[in-house]
Amino acid sequence: MSKESIAGLVRREYAAGFVTPIESDTLPPGLNEEVIRTISQRKEEPDWLLAWRLEAYRAWLKMEEPHWAHLRYEPIDYQALSYYSAPKSLAKRPKSLDEVDPELLRTYEKLGIPLHEQAALAGVAVDAVFDSVSVATSFREKLAEAGVIFCSISEAVREYPELVRRYLGSVVPPRDNFFAALNSAVFSDGSFVYVPKGVRCPMELSTYFRINESRTGQFERTLIVADEGSYVSYLEGCTAPMRDEHQLHAAVVELVALPGAQIKYSTVQNWYPGDEEGRGGIYNFVTKRGLVHDHARISWTQVETGSAITWKYPSCVLKGEGSVGEFYSVALTNHCQQADTGTKMIHLGRGSRSTIISKGISAGRSSNTYRGKVHIAATAAGARNYTQCDSLLIGDRCGAHTFPYIESRNASAVVEHEASTSKVSDDQLFLCRSRGIDTEKAVSMIVNGFCREVFRQLPMEFAVEAGKLLEVSLEGAVG
Amino acid sequence: MLSIHDLEVRIADQERPILKGLDLEVGAGEVHAIMGPNGSGKSTLGYVLAGRDGYQVTRGSVRFRGRDLLAMDVETRAREGLFLAFQYPVEIPGLSNLEFLKAAVDAVREYRGEPPLDSAALLRRAREACAALRLDPGFLKRGVNEGFSGGEKKRNEILQMMLLEPRLCILDEIDSGLDIDALQVVADGVNALRSPDRSFVLITHYQRLLEYVRPDRVHVLSGGRIVRSGGAELALELEERGYGWLEEEVA
Repeated sequence: MSKESIAGLVRREYAAGFVTPIESDTLPPGLNEEVIRTISQRKEEPDWLLAWRLEAYRAWLKMEEPHWAHLRYEPIDYQALSYYSAPKSLAKRPKSLDEVDPELLRTYEKLGIPLHEQAALAGVAVDAVFDSVSVATSFREKLAEAGVIFCSISEAVREYPELVRRYLGSVVPPRDNFFAALNSAVFSDGSFVYVPKGVRCPMELSTYFRINESRTGQFERTLIVADEGSYVSYLEGCTAPMRDEHQLHAAVVELVALPGAQIKYSTVQNWYPGDEEGRGGIYNFVTKRGLVHDHARISWTQVETGSAITWKYPSCVLKGEGSVGEFYSVALTNHCQQADTGTKMIHLGRGSRSTIISKGISAGRSSNTYRGKVHIAATAAGARNYTQCDSLLIGDRCGAHTFPYIESRNASAVVEHEASTSKVSDDQLFLCRSRGIDTEKAVSMIVNGFCREVFRQLPMEFAVEAGKLLEVSLEGAVG
Repeated sequence: MLSIHDLEVRIADQERPILKGLDLEVGAGEVHAIMGPNGSGKSTLGYVLAGRDGYQVTRGSVRFRGRDLLAMDVETRAREGLFLAFQYPVEIPGLSNLEFLKAAVDAVREYRGEPPLDSAALLRRAREACAALRLDPGFLKRGVNEGFSGGEKKRNEILQMMLLEPRLCILDEIDSGLDIDALQVVADGVNALRSPDRSFVLITHYQRLLEYVRPDRVHVLSGGRIVRSGGAELALELEERGYGWLEEEVA
């Protein structure tokens, strides 16, 4: 690829960039205890949860925004954001999809997420979260037959308070970090999943997050509990309109895999990335962590193509004996996007095992950082980790960085780390072009090949989706 | 089919030209061999014809099936039916051979106004080609040239050629690094594709390949020009006498 041909960076299409014209009940900007009380009140929460929120808020006030990541961005004005926004039509809590505002349903259809069960993706149950609230959850009856609970977290607080109270904050405590504390104080909605003992969840579960309103932050909270010997596969997707301002998204996801359970958590993150000059785009500061008990397994698979800023480290605390943690990641940055993402594998249990496969792709003027920590505690005899970090550069104005941290306190542990950096080479492009394949298609094929190991981990329907998304995100990466 | 006139080529930002006024006529259905010592410009000729970046044509013209080849971009040349088999095929990790073949075949068919080949038909043809080249069908699932042996890489070039059905095949040292058995397989593949409307340019250092693929014409490229042309017997003479005497004659 000659320098001249890289130079022409054209605009890329962000298909999810539209705004839904809908009347919303949005709190005025600003954050204080009163705002938190109001959120809690709107959601008719019990006192213990309000107290929990306020405690988190007070802790947050004393904390400082972290700046150790390889990211540069304008300071965030936390008082300029609105912390709650809900479509007015949802105020009365529609009992079924027929009562949901058709404008909302159309929004999800446009995004390729039909909520009506007859139109839905076969075998996938969806919880749709719009700004601060859950719109609808499909296939609930079918799931209920298997004993699986899948609903919005607000509903779970009302319907299953004992489960929520027991596990909320048990993996990511409110004081864990600045953004987790903020989320704990103001979280609005998100999904809740409980899979009972020995149950294999009969379908894929999926939550689709959509930010619509301007000048609002989205602070969702997801909690998934897989009881002993159960299995669940869960996928989240996200998009937002194109706006010139930056919007904050600070989510917390907690996974609990009880002994022998298995949770597969996949993310296709396509928040608005901003334009080619870096105007607008989502600031994505997310804390995701799973607690893995004896012989349980948690797999994180993420395909990150959106957001102006990504700060995200889905992690596993491998507490149990023989527990397994996996992290498969594709992070693509183009134009002015910046990503600092990776994982932490904390080995506490004997014979715990972890695998990390990270594929970073940088194009345009973007910056793509892998940051990962493998910690082997003294208790983790015979623990094993295998890490592979590959970076692919497209053009000569982007950056790729790798920061692996390895700490081993047990001599019997085996930790392997492999890293590579490569470029989409002129020779590879020439081979494709000399077989009749145009440059854009060639780049996307080469990049898809590079990501193959990770895409293999995604549920079938979404692997295809992820490949296409990558193609769109790369548009304009080579002129 | 191919008509090269007075072609002068230099590598971008270098003074001295590599090809210095080369003339070559290849008619439909003909097989031409281009032989010559190392550094004579053989591979440059292949790259320039295929349209690789980094080469500058400073004089002359190339017509391919009556059209100005040099005005076409790389993809268009391929879609018009020009195929270059590489001396050193590059790897594309993770991209399966079959997927790559499908994208290439579809691109060429689309250009010709034909519908894409359905996956089953493509797979069938790819398997047939594999069998002809004595390649395991599992070969199609592997990444393009990823971890292939030298011989497998060369056979993979022929596989692509078989599926793309080009009109002009330029094979750049397809024989290098092949043992006798592999050479036979590759030559059989080439011979099977010979037809009255398909031409070949075999770029090679040794006469060996020409025992298996009999050329209509043999040209000696030396110092950036064709210094001698003849029938198949010229190759034998070169084998015996080397290239030195020709270079002296020209000088």
